[in-house]
Amino acid sequence: MSGSDQIEKTPLYDEHVAAGGRMVEFAGFELPVQYTSLTEEHEAVRNRAGLFDVSHMGEIAIRGPGAFAFVQLVSCNDHSKMTVGRAQYTGLMYPEGTFVDDILVHKMADDDYLLVVNAANRHKDFAYLSDLARDHDGVEVVDLSDDYAQIALQGPLAAEILQPLTPQDLSEIKYYRFLTAEVAGAPALLARTGYTGEDGFEVYVDPAAAVDVWRAILAEGRPKGVQPAGLGARDTLRFEAGMCLYGNDIDETTTPLEAGLAWIVKLAKGDFIGRDVLELQKDEGLERLLVGFEMVDRGIARHGYPVMLDEDGEPGGIVTSGTHSPTLGKALGMTYLPIETATVGSEFFVKIRNRMARARVVELPFYSRKKK
Amino acid sequence: MTVAKDLLYRRSHEWARTEGDTVVVGISHYAQDQLGEVVYVELPDVGTAVNTGDELGTLESVKAVSEFLTPIGGEVIEVNERLEDNPNLVNEDPYGEGWLVKIKGSVEGEKLLDAGAYQEFLEEESG
Repeated sequence: MSGSDQIEKTPLYDEHVAAGGRMVEFAGFELPVQYTSLTEEHEAVRNRAGLFDVSHMGEIAIRGPGAFAFVQLVSCNDHSKMTVGRAQYTGLMYPEGTFVDDILVHKMADDDYLLVVNAANRHKDFAYLSDLARDHDGVEVVDLSDDYAQIALQGPLAAEILQPLTPQDLSEIKYYRFLTAEVAGAPALLARTGYTGEDGFEVYVDPAAAVDVWRAILAEGRPKGVQPAGLGARDTLRFEAGMCLYGNDIDETTTPLEAGLAWIVKLAKGDFIGRDVLELQKDEGLERLLVGFEMVDRGIARHGYPVMLDEDGEPGGIVTSGTHSPTLGKALGMTYLPIETATVGSEFFVKIRNRMARARVVELPFYSRKKK
Repeated sequence: MTVAKDLLYRRSHEWARTEGDTVVVGISHYAQDQLGEVVYVELPDVGTAVNTGDELGTLESVKAVSEFLTPIGGEVIEVNERLEDNPNLVNEDPYGEGWLVKIKGSVEGEKLLDAGAYQEFLEEESG
């Protein structure tokens, strides 16, 4: 395995530096946490559009006559109804019913699936899938991460800005569909997917074409208020939209049912890794559930802060994600609560620098866009 | 990045301005820029006794939490209560309306930088 210890640069590194990006290390890559202002970039995505370099994401292909059965085996969602050109969110499962990763499965062909995985999990996922594939005939697992740069244009103006740059009629690409098309003259995989809670596209191109595509989208979008957006805004946007972040809200100790992702658990599809654990959880009920909360007392709950179930300090878990929501203007968070207290309106405490601050469970997601 | 001329600075980016027997404390323009838009400010209780370098409170942006330290020792006699509802004053006017606390005490004997030395320090730091 190469490159897992050294810090890598995406093909757009120089663009970020030139644009004043504040570079940080994230999942082994040097990426901009922000350019001008996190809240400004966040607001641009909610109201216009923002452009993200997500080239750090991993891409793993599952190919061969056994590809479909293999994807069904490792994933908790049911991919049997996918047609070519569809994308589906799912969990890559351990036998314990917990997450190896949360991923997007793209059906490229009947015998070819492209898994888009978290950057931090790329090598782990590839090793896990490769090991499993050894016991299955007709399955090939290929790490294609270095073959793709990924650029995400997200926000209500995304289609309007991208349309002049591609001969493909974008209205033909529905949510969670993709196809191959030219974008700014480069062959691309063009998917109507994203991680911000807004409409938008994820554009996968050859790393050699990334700079041209990036510049073309920005040139088209600048007059309409589009700006590059960093990892900081990406995190606050996905958080408001109630989307889980692997390593914070979900990991190898949590199941999709506990994470409130029952909609990606399809027990009826037949056997898959971790199915028995998930079935048991469904039959006997969960012990804990991921909830959203808002602060009642002053203070901002952040990742890792201890949660107390009562004033006497009965330990709960930790805040899995938490920040001041730029769109909603208040301090919000997510945490796992015992199932009997995981209901809207129930109160608990977050320990913020030796102070017990009261918090209250609210509905997830915190924010959802107005559908046209 | 502006460095106000009439103030004294700590290397941890707080400033001090003497007003009679009181010293007003805030953070520098550079510090607020590094932090990003301030969305929450936690200030000490009035009456708190502090020694030079003690933590006075915290400033939070969406992304980060940052403590601010006192450039002098003394007693906290006033805090900027406007920041509770308008924390972004720290960004908009770090040397004025965005002040943080007033401490009864003196800059006498404290190892603080004048504006020129602080400017040089910033240039060294940003390399």
